[in-house]
Amino acid sequence: MSVILETRGLTKNFGGLVAVDDVSFALQKGELLALIGPNGAGKSTCFNMLMGQLPPTSGEVYLDGDRITGLGPRQIWRLGVGRTFQITATYASMTVVENVQMALLSHNGEIFRVLPFAHRMYRDQALALLDMVGMAAQADRHCAVLAYGDLKRMELAIALAHEPKLLLMDEPTAGMAPRERVALMELTARIVAEQGVSVLFTEHDMDVVFGHAHRIMVLNRGALIAEGNAAEIRANPLVQEVYLGGGTVFGGAETTDA
Amino acid sequence: MLEVEGVNSFYGKAHVLRDLSFEAPRGHVVALLGRNGAGKSTTMKSIMQLVRPASGRIVFQGTDIVGLPAHKVAKMGLGYVPEDRRVFTDLTVSENLLVGRQPPRDGAPTWTEDMLFDLFPNLAERRGNRGKALSGGEQQMLTIARTLMGNPSFILLDEPSEGVAPVIVEQMAQVIAQLKSEGLTVLLSEQNLHFAQAVADLVVIIESGVQVYHGTLADLQAHPEIRDAYLAA
Amino acid sequence: MEFFVAQILTGLANASSLFLVACGLSLIFGVTRIVNFAHGSLYMLGAYIGLTLMEALPGHFGFWGSILLAGIAVGLIGVVIEMLVLRPVYRAPELFQLVATFGVILVIQDLALLIWGPEDQLGPRAPGLRGVFRIMGEPIPKYDIVLLIITPFIALALWWMMTRTRLGVLVRAATQDREMVGALGVNQAWLFTGVFALGSALAGLGGALQLPKGGADLLMDFTILTPVFVVVVIGGMGSLPGAYLAAIIISVLNVFGVTYIPQSTLVLMFIVMIVVLMIRPYGLFGREEVAGEHGQVGEPEEPIKPASAKVRAIVAAGLAMLALLPLYGGNFALVLTTDILIFCLFAASLHFLLGLGGMVSFGHAAYYGGGAYVAALLVTWTETPMELAFLLAPLGAGLIAIVVGWVCLRLTGVYFAMLTLAFAQLLWSLVWQWQEVTGGDDGQVNIWPADWLNDNTVYFYFALIFSVGGILTLRHLAHSPFGYALRAARDSKRQAEATGIDTRRVQLLAFTFAGFMGGLAGALFVFSKGSVFPNELEIVRSFDALIVVFLGGVKTLAGGVVGAGFFKGVEDVLTRFEYWRLVMGLLIIFVVVVAPEGIVGSLRRAWRRFGPGHSQADTATEERRT
Repeated sequence: MSVILETRGLTKNFGGLVAVDDVSFALQKGELLALIGPNGAGKSTCFNMLMGQLPPTSGEVYLDGDRITGLGPRQIWRLGVGRTFQITATYASMTVVENVQMALLSHNGEIFRVLPFAHRMYRDQALALLDMVGMAAQADRHCAVLAYGDLKRMELAIALAHEPKLLLMDEPTAGMAPRERVALMELTARIVAEQGVSVLFTEHDMDVVFGHAHRIMVLNRGALIAEGNAAEIRANPLVQEVYLGGGTVFGGAETTDA
Repeated sequence: MLEVEGVNSFYGKAHVLRDLSFEAPRGHVVALLGRNGAGKSTTMKSIMQLVRPASGRIVFQGTDIVGLPAHKVAKMGLGYVPEDRRVFTDLTVSENLLVGRQPPRDGAPTWTEDMLFDLFPNLAERRGNRGKALSGGEQQMLTIARTLMGNPSFILLDEPSEGVAPVIVEQMAQVIAQLKSEGLTVLLSEQNLHFAQAVADLVVIIESGVQVYHGTLADLQAHPEIRDAYLAA
Repeated sequence: MEFFVAQILTGLANASSLFLVACGLSLIFGVTRIVNFAHGSLYMLGAYIGLTLMEALPGHFGFWGSILLAGIAVGLIGVVIEMLVLRPVYRAPELFQLVATFGVILVIQDLALLIWGPEDQLGPRAPGLRGVFRIMGEPIPKYDIVLLIITPFIALALWWMMTRTRLGVLVRAATQDREMVGALGVNQAWLFTGVFALGSALAGLGGALQLPKGGADLLMDFTILTPVFVVVVIGGMGSLPGAYLAAIIISVLNVFGVTYIPQSTLVLMFIVMIVVLMIRPYGLFGREEVAGEHGQVGEPEEPIKPASAKVRAIVAAGLAMLALLPLYGGNFALVLTTDILIFCLFAASLHFLLGLGGMVSFGHAAYYGGGAYVAALLVTWTETPMELAFLLAPLGAGLIAIVVGWVCLRLTGVYFAMLTLAFAQLLWSLVWQWQEVTGGDDGQVNIWPADWLNDNTVYFYFALIFSVGGILTLRHLAHSPFGYALRAARDSKRQAEATGIDTRRVQLLAFTFAGFMGGLAGALFVFSKGSVFPNELEIVRSFDALIVVFLGGVKTLAGGVVGAGFFKGVEDVLTRFEYWRLVMGLLIIFVVVVAPEGIVGSLRRAWRRFGPGHSQADTATEERRT
């Protein structure tokens, strides 16, 4: 297996506060890696640095062996990193398929064209992407009327539009019902397997994390405190103390280790 | 204590609640379950009159509250904790509590700032901090405390466990148990079945705005088809 | 040194009224999210009412009592405005309410004219404060000293109210999330009314307090509006200390400006504002506007699709009718239609920016008037042939737009709007004060078209081709990848940036193109009238366009053009009457209240509801929302 994403000593200070403290990890090709931790542990800051929204105070980020530290979000996207948001970010005035077409137009460098009709461009490709996430039947609906779970799937189709090698998903199942959560993560796992995409995701739903992640990292007060598979993480007393608690509010016995 | 009778509500263009009926008896914790988009938040907002039902009755302590402005509903003793926290981020913790303050009410426990700081010790340390400086879990605590300042007899909790760490969710379950022991009635919307199981006496399951089950969790075990269709993880 | 101190003291005294009016505006915006353009009118009312009261009430008590009573009276007028005009439209799309406040301006202008007459009125001197104090040998009017002493106390009292009382906490909470405040048991309707009344009372107080220094006249509503907006923006929206500090900065600067560089006092104010915003984009004490905060209303727009063959046929038929106008219309109809066409293009260019781009420009006249002046100045100073000047005008306007857009696009929301207004005012004051080049108030005259166009019929066709061509171009752009990217940047900047779209570049290009089209309209205008005056760059001209776009319907592609056509036609009829502003103002308020989605939006809704093919479910939805 080869490493697709690697951070070395990633650190971010806000004033005197150390939000992310010397975080180093590597994500293998085809891996589904979860990043968990209490609210305010630095997960979002970490994500924002990987996506180029925030420059790190120190440390480096490598994508497929190339240093991408300090690049902007648009450049990182062009290098083959897709992302989905904790709170969906969609073009509410467009149809579902147009939302995906927009990403394809951008990927093909055509957003500054003024002559052709946009709604005819890359429609077939967009429909194929929607088909992949099971949204083809809703392609011409106004995206503002979609149910939340469908919006999430549409967002996934957008994130896959430029055939990324890496997907960063920020709480992908936030706000969804248990059954939808499972469906979305199964879909993600299938895409990982079929397309060879690697995924790094944050999540608060332990059923999702323990059920689907190949490997789990735990962040607390900006620092990585544990790493391992589901069984190791559940058994880690430090993780239990700062994050998992007594295990009464997430699935106990029925979860199988990845 | 609260009866929802044949309520229809719209959100934008979508017909979200369809002839929804259920009731929440005094002193019970009722969990409203269902997938996202099933209409849980709209139910909460409809009760609070933040979304105005197009038809139906919502009877709170014998009065139909449909059509009243939200502030009157709150004054009658209904407390609302929204799903996305909505802390006043520029106000301090104490000021946030001040916004929620209402006079004491018969038949409902009376809260003071100090009592709430006992209930939520984390907030006490941060009383002078602005809302935006709090972590997600602390913000969730603050919204509950803010609503309790209004001395409600009935509290609506919209997805209190969403997006917070499991340890915090456990604390939340303890808080809800304590509120119940103080005599409050609680209506809670939830995605987290484990959490609902830990705190609720009764459950209402809705799907596409229609009520599909109303009863105890124990009885639900006797209806595996409903349990599996709407709740199975 | 003595002179220097005296100047500063005068500046501090002048800051008094400015501060009161500005903090009222800021307060109202904070809680209600309404940019109250009528705030200057409330200030004017304060002055007139104060004057009338002072004539009736004698002595010390009469003077100071009149000022206080004027404040209270204007506060009550504020209550009436809030309850009658604004309450019905709080749920309308954001910024739509400002159109209603513009209607209020027009109504108050004519009411003031009716009641107090057209003559400027001199304010009485304050009893017992007629003379001057000598400070370091320099004479300072006693009234100035009193003003500069009491203002900090008023500021302090307001600050205390906002930070130390429950009412202040509620106001600040409502500024962030008014729905939540309501859900916690606070009657937000009265909170809104109360805040509007307080803000209005402060404006009235400001108007009455400045009477001994400035008197009252019918232009003071717009005269104060510009510096007030500048103060609010420099200080930071919603910040009291910010408003106080900014009022002092602007007033002191103005006093020095008058002494040392009287030719550029107006320009100076805007330069200060632009410099401040370059360093601190949200003003000295302001905080960043977070888009999509709670309490915002308005549904997302519908997806767009190119016009169907049927609609195209109808439009083509309409255009054919228009093209045949010279056959059945008289000379007057030709000139009027030319005016309407030009105005439609101007409005369409703003609509492109506002509707598709989500960029609310309060200063679109800069490009319209800018284009007109570019053409006029080229003709006057370099004897450029008309055809060439006509082509260079939109390019010039586009150039102005690039510069303005480049600076303004660092900001969003209402700060963006205010800054565009400031740039437009900067341009206006440049033209107004740089008399040697621009002719100042006398404008530019004898700017006639080339001989072959110097005929109403021929010029009508000329305007028809360029206006319709421009409008169709703007419309086609909406359907192109660029138009989609522009909407993407508006709908979700986050997603657009995350998928490689350089939103700032897209928006700057759109801003520039809208400026270009505005300039084209301006060029058509100047050659149709043969002259141009600074009022083509004024706030009023920017508002004209803004109002027709909102009234036509922001969220519809045809909104700008329909609104412009309708209102230019109505205006032409109304301006024949003496009190036309009153009627126009009432008409605007009426449309705002009954058709909050604009003319086109409301027609579309009515069509869906009553037209063929509507379903039961749709009807139910419509009913709930009405």
